[in-house]
Amino acid sequence: MSETIQAADLTRDIPAEIREPFGAYLLYLGDDALVLGHRLSEWCGHGPTLEEDIALANIALDLVGRSDALLRVAAQLEGKGRSEDDLAFFRDATEFRNAALVELPRGDFAFTIVRQFLYDAYALPLYTHIAANATGALSGIAAKAVKETTYHLRHTAEWVRRFGGGTAESKRRAQDALDELWRYTGELFDEDAVTVALAGAQWIPNPSVLRAAWSETVERVLDEADLAAPAVKHHFTGARSGRHTEHLGHLLSEMQIVARSHPGASW
Amino acid sequence: MTTPDEQSILTILEGVPDPEIPVLNIVEMGIVRGADVLGESVTVRITPTYSGCPAMHAIAMDVEARLKYAGFSTVQVQTVYDEVWTTDWLSNEVREKLREYGIAPPEGTSSQRALDRAVACPRCGGRATVMKSYFGSTACKALHYCNDCEEPFEAFKCI
Repeated sequence: MSETIQAADLTRDIPAEIREPFGAYLLYLGDDALVLGHRLSEWCGHGPTLEEDIALANIALDLVGRSDALLRVAAQLEGKGRSEDDLAFFRDATEFRNAALVELPRGDFAFTIVRQFLYDAYALPLYTHIAANATGALSGIAAKAVKETTYHLRHTAEWVRRFGGGTAESKRRAQDALDELWRYTGELFDEDAVTVALAGAQWIPNPSVLRAAWSETVERVLDEADLAAPAVKHHFTGARSGRHTEHLGHLLSEMQIVARSHPGASW
Repeated sequence: MTTPDEQSILTILEGVPDPEIPVLNIVEMGIVRGADVLGESVTVRITPTYSGCPAMHAIAMDVEARLKYAGFSTVQVQTVYDEVWTTDWLSNEVREKLREYGIAPPEGTSSQRALDRAVACPRCGGRATVMKSYFGSTACKALHYCNDCEEPFEAFKCI
């Protein structure tokens, strides 16, 4: 970010008793948005149509901007003098707290859209809750995410229906993507030390309530698309505590190389 | 130098055009949320239109340059989020400027948006228009097409 822009104190409304776990939780949200935004940006110039290329780049930009704001608050809460850019470009893979769902390689267009749909269906009730229950900057950042995710979800849900109701090929690809991605969705709703520590706080939704809202949206759209939710006994877990798939390191090496090759550079 | 109040800062900043929609300035766009003046120092608060608006950095540099030119020695620009930018802040006068510039302005308010209603073509005024994509050349615009004058056009999203 430009050095002209100074960070206002975005943390002053955050209650003292939740500041530490909330800082950790903001890394979940900020890293989800950053890593998924980077994955989407890989499509820039390669989209299947011009309109879709522009749409994916637009959504990527919204997500990277979302992560910029969330990581700025996280860095301020941390209080070690790091900036949002330090968090984005100078942490290693084990320090990232995104869910594995968002770091998987972009795959084909169906995989990218189905993954984005699964994330959007999670992000909308999540940020709706924060916008309504947090105060100050966090409420505002979440309210922006709600406005934007509303039309992201409309776009991705529309594509999921078109895949399912399109050709045998589009339906097969969408179902393959669902089958691959499904076991990575459970992690979004895991109870862990951070969510337990925040359980009494009104600022974040209860994971089981969030899961119910996500399931309602996903099941409705899959039903309309005539696609089947896979049955998965065990879901992937661990990325939120730094145990990622091998894919995150490769993504970060590309995302971080310019900042790490020229530390302190500004332009 | 006399100490100008906030209003005079805003008047100066009305000379800073939005980098992506130069027909509008950053005050009437609702990007500037306020300013504090202390002697020759000024702090300007700005809020992004969209989370990922790439123009924020250019806007901050333009604000700094314009206020330094006006005689302030120290200029700080802070990004704030307490108020959430909405097209509801755009006055009728601003909407008319957008239309004249060739961008269909937002119609109605964000809480009662006319999403499914056809947007009026900014060139011919016709309503035989279709939305081609909700995503346009910038985050704030969608792609439409007018079946009356057979021209594509951009429309401001109503958020």
